[in-house]
Amino acid sequence: MCLAIPAKVISVEGSSALVTIEDVEYKASLLLLDDVNPGDYVMLHAGFAIEKVDADEAAETLRLLNEIADNSRP
Amino acid sequence: MKYIDEYRKKDLILAVSEELKKISKKQITLMEVCGGHTMAIHRFGLHALLPPTIHLLSGPGCPVCVSSQHFLDTAIACSKIPGAIITTYGDLIRVPGSVTSLEKEKADGADIRIIYSVLEALEIAKNNPEKAVIFLGIGFETTAPATAAAIVQAKNENISNFFVLSAHKVMPPVMKALVDEGVKIDGFIAPGHVTAITGTGIYNNLAAVYGLGVVVAGFEPVDMMQAILMLTLQLESAAPKVEIQYKRIVHPEGNKIALGLLEQVFEQKDDRWRGLGVIPASGLKIREEFAAFDAEKRYLLTVPEPSDPKGCICGSILRGQKTPNDCGLFAGKCTPSDPVGACMVSGEGTCATYYKYRS
Ligand code: SF4
Repeated sequence: MCLAIPAKVISVEGSSALVTIEDVEYKASLLLLDDVNPGDYVMLHAGFAIEKVDADEAAETLRLLNEIADNSRP
Repeated sequence: MKYIDEYRKKDLILAVSEELKKISKKQITLMEVCGGHTMAIHRFGLHALLPPTIHLLSGPGCPVCVSSQHFLDTAIACSKIPGAIITTYGDLIRVPGSVTSLEKEKADGADIRIIYSVLEALEIAKNNPEKAVIFLGIGFETTAPATAAAIVQAKNENISNFFVLSAHKVMPPVMKALVDEGVKIDGFIAPGHVTAITGTGIYNNLAAVYGLGVVVAGFEPVDMMQAILMLTLQLESAAPKVEIQYKRIVHPEGNKIALGLLEQVFEQKDDRWRGLGVIPASGLKIREEFAAFDAEKRYLLTVPEPSDPKGCICGSILRGQKTPNDCGLFAGKCTPSDPVGACMVSGEGTCATYYKYRS
């Protein structure tokens, strides 16, 4: 029950948003998060968006990992 | 799926595995606190990718598994209140109480409904003004803010038939209690979604006072491997500290709105944990200001002092001292379809995870 899944925000209305996970639509409460816009990704947990996914940080993490991967190649 | 597939890439997982094998010299033991992490480790077979110097232990971070027998017995008593509708997250209804379970009560006619979000419980309350809708609030800092938001909303909208039986818990006291009890670990793989709410400040003591490494990790296999690498680097250089691997979600300061709601609605209390006993200031109770929504105060239910199920060693497993294979009931008398203890019920429970991925 603790799982949270990244979901894409389609539209925002008041304190809730329409989000999709693999093209399936869900309603996400925005009572715990502000400044959410269509196109953002949010972590959906028990019907609530608990945090936004930071695209820059996501890219930076992958860059670091790819660096490790490049170095580990013979 | 975006933000999932990239973090399941085999070449990245294997590259970190190679790196770990290169740099790991000391024997270290790391505890993954969260049931979601335990699941990822087994599902993706990460144990096999670690050098023999690195040991992983499962901790007490599955909310269903740590919910006490006392809480379940109280929830079951709630289900017998005439005109009550019990609303709960799925797994909990299968956990055996002292005599019966919510599932059995439901089969016997109690109105028990499984919901996905606490807001559904609020809807049910609105639609059934003549009934008392009781929500069983379980979960850590990830889940408790949602309950707080629902209580505030119930107050704002004057919904007077919505009640919460709170068994919400907070993570830091149990992490500290385990170390105080002498569980031997060198670092924590800290729960990503809990920390998204709380921020990293809650771990500072563990690093500064106890000398433990703490890395807040995401839940995909690459996340987990990277977190283990970060912890190994810390411990090899004897410089334990608090770091975030899961930077795409977790900010050092946490989620301020969620923290505000937690503070507004809840205060800390000493709380019971299955198999671990009472841990000071580890639970959340509803503040006086919101007493009208507190099922405990509304119904003043008392249940006999329960005992944990015979032969079940969930407590030692939640402490990381034993594994399910040490339990005489594992996979024999105790299975996911007929669980003896709570650790076998939730998909995130250590016993259920071992059962699913046993070879
Ligand atoms: S296998 Fe069953 S009885 Fe044994 S510790 Fe796990 S939940 Fe308890």
